[in-house]
Amino acid sequence: MEPVEIGLWGVPLAVLGGAIRVSTPFLFVSLGECLTERSGRINLGLEGTLVFGAMTGYALAYESGSPYVGVLAAALAGACFGLLHGWICKFRGVNDIAIGIALMLLGMGLAFFFGKPYIQPVAPDLPAINFGWWSDIPQVRAALQVNVLFLLGGLLAVAMAWMFRSTRVGLTLRVVGDSTDAARAMGLDPDRVRLLATAAGGALAGIGGAYLSLYYPGSWNEGISSGQGLMAIALVIFARWNPINCFWAALLFGGAGALGPALQSVGVSEGYYLFFAAPYVLTLGLLILTSSPDRAMQGAPLELSLTK
Amino acid sequence: MSALDQMPAPGRPAMARALAGLMPRAEAVLIPAGALLAGFAIFSLFLGALGKSPAEFFGLVWKAGFSSAFSWQNTLSRVGPLALAALCVALPARLGLVVIGGEGAIVLGGLAAAVTGTVLAGLPGYPAMLLMAVAAMILGGLWIGAIGALRIRRGVNETIASLLMAYIAIALFNHFVEGPFRDPASLNKPSTAPLAETLRVGDMPFIATHWGVVAAALACLLCWVLIDRTTLGFAARIAGDNVRAAQVQGLPVARLVIGFTALGGAFAGLAGFYEVAAVHGSANASLIAGYGYTGILVAFLARHNPLAILPVAILLGGFEASSGLVQRRMDLPDATILVFEGIVFVIILLSEALYGRLRIFTPGYWEHR
Repeated sequence: MEPVEIGLWGVPLAVLGGAIRVSTPFLFVSLGECLTERSGRINLGLEGTLVFGAMTGYALAYESGSPYVGVLAAALAGACFGLLHGWICKFRGVNDIAIGIALMLLGMGLAFFFGKPYIQPVAPDLPAINFGWWSDIPQVRAALQVNVLFLLGGLLAVAMAWMFRSTRVGLTLRVVGDSTDAARAMGLDPDRVRLLATAAGGALAGIGGAYLSLYYPGSWNEGISSGQGLMAIALVIFARWNPINCFWAALLFGGAGALGPALQSVGVSEGYYLFFAAPYVLTLGLLILTSSPDRAMQGAPLELSLTK
Repeated sequence: MSALDQMPAPGRPAMARALAGLMPRAEAVLIPAGALLAGFAIFSLFLGALGKSPAEFFGLVWKAGFSSAFSWQNTLSRVGPLALAALCVALPARLGLVVIGGEGAIVLGGLAAAVTGTVLAGLPGYPAMLLMAVAAMILGGLWIGAIGALRIRRGVNETIASLLMAYIAIALFNHFVEGPFRDPASLNKPSTAPLAETLRVGDMPFIATHWGVVAAALACLLCWVLIDRTTLGFAARIAGDNVRAAQVQGLPVARLVIGFTALGGAFAGLAGFYEVAAVHGSANASLIAGYGYTGILVAFLARHNPLAILPVAILLGGFEASSGLVQRRMDLPDATILVFEGIVFVIILLSEALYGRLRIFTPGYWEHR
C-alpha cells in the first residue's frame, strides 16, 4: 500500500497510536502498584521488576518459541520480587521506600547480568489485533494496531475497580490499607495480606516488562526502560488509587511519551531531547499539582508511608 | 548524672565493665559490618551457583582495587564522586527525606562547570576554577534544593520527585551538550568545548589522583561538624526524628529541609565539577556514570554518618575499580558489580531490623554476667 501524505495530521495520529502502544507498561505497573498501595505499602522497586520482567520474558520467549511463555515467566519473576519486598518489609524498623530502591537496583543488576546473552537473538513477538482494517491510510492502520495485553490491561482495570468496591478480597485489602489495627481486630493478618498484594503487584509489573521486550519496542537491551516503572508509581498518586483512573492516566502518559518520536517523524528534530523529557516533566507537574502540603491526600490508603 | 552511677561497682571484672560501656557504641559499627559480610557471603553463593569462584572474585577485587599504588589511584579516583554523591543522600536523610536523584545534580553540575570554564577561558587558572566549582555547586544545590522545597511546600514525595528530576536533568544535559553548547570539533562523541589546560584540576603530589578526594574528605568532615557539633545540625536531627515535635518547638523545619537538600545537591554538583575539570576535560556522556546511584548505597551503608561515608566510599570505589578486571578474567558481565551492590544494599536494609534487638549490645547483658 502506498503511504498517503497526511502532513501534520500525522502528529496527533502518531500520538494516539503511541498512546496505545506506549501506555501498556504504564498501565500494568500502575495497576500493580495500585493494588500494593491499597494494602498500605509502597513498592518503589517496580522499575527494577519491570526491567527484570522484560529480560525474563524475552529470554523465555526466545528459548521456548512462545511469547506467552515469556509473559508467564515475567509475571512469575515479578511475583518473586514482590514476595521478597513483602517479606523484608515485614520486619520492624525496615523502611519500605528504601527497600524499594534497593530492589530496583538489584532487579536491574540481575536483569543486565542474566540478559547479556539475549541482546542479540530475536524472540517471537506478541500478536496484535488490527482495529484499523476499515481505513486505507497506513498511518491510521499502524496507529490502531492494538496489542492483546493492552486490552487485557483495560479489562483488568475494570475488574480491579469492581474487586475493590464489591468483593471480600477488595474489602480485606482496603481495611488492611486503611488501618492495621482494625485489620488485626477483624482477625486479619496485615503482613500476609500485604505480602500477597505486593507479590500480585510485582507480577503485574513483570507482565508490563514482558510487553516492553516482546511487543514495543520489542527487543531486549539495557536501556529498555527509562523510568517507566517509576513514572507509573507517580501515576498512581495522580490517579488517586483508582484503577479506572490509572487506565486513563496511563493513556495520557503514553501519549506524552509518543510526542517526541511523533514530532521527529514529521521532521521536527529541534529539541528532541526536550520532547524526550516530556513524560518526566508531565509526571512531575502532575505530582506537584495533585499533592497537598497540609491535608491528607484524598483517596489515599491511610497506612501508606507515602502520605504519612 | 548522680554520684551513684559513677561509682564503679565493686567486685565486677574490669573486662565486663569495659564491654558494658563499649558494646552499645559498637552496635553502630558491628551491625553494618556484619551485614556487609553477610552480603559478601550471599554474593559468594550467587557466584558459586553459577560455577564461578568467589575466592577468585574477591582476590581480583583486592588486586585491582587495593593491592598497589596503581590500584589505589584507580580506587581513589572514584572515591571523590562517590562520597560527594553519598552526602547528597545522607544530608537529606538526617531530616527524614529519601532523596536519590544525586545523579541529576552531578550531571548538571558538570555541565555548569564546563560552560563556565568555556566562558571564563581568559581568566587566570585559580579564580576561574573557583568560579567553575561555585557554578557547579549552585546549579546542583538549586536542583536538589528544589526537591526539598517541593516536599515541604507542596508535600510532593521527594523520592519519586528526585528520580524524575534526575531523568529530566539527563535530558537537559543531552540537549545542551548535543545542541547549544556542542563543540563542533567533537564528531563521534558530542561534547562541550575542551577546557583550557590552565583550568584543569591537577593531580595531588606523590599519587596520580586528582584533588577531588581531598575535597570530598573535607566535605564529609564539614557535614559531620554541621550535623553533630552545631545547633543547626541538632535542630535538623530533631526534625528528622519527629517533624511535629520540631514544629511545636518552633524550629525552622522548612528552611532546614531546603537548606540541607540544597547543601547535598551542592556537593553532588561539586562532584560533577571534579569529573569535568579533573577527569574528562569537557562535559559529555561519560559524565553519566552512575555515581549518583552507587552514592545511595554508600550513604545507606554509612548509615548517613558523614564520617563513615569516606571509608565506605573507598571500599565500594575499590569494587567498582575492579569491575573491568573481573569482567576480563572471570568472563562475567559488567553488571556483576551491580548485582553485588544490589545484594549488599538489600542485606544492609534488612539489618536495620536488628538495631536494639540484640542483647549483646545492651549494657545490661555485660553488667550482670
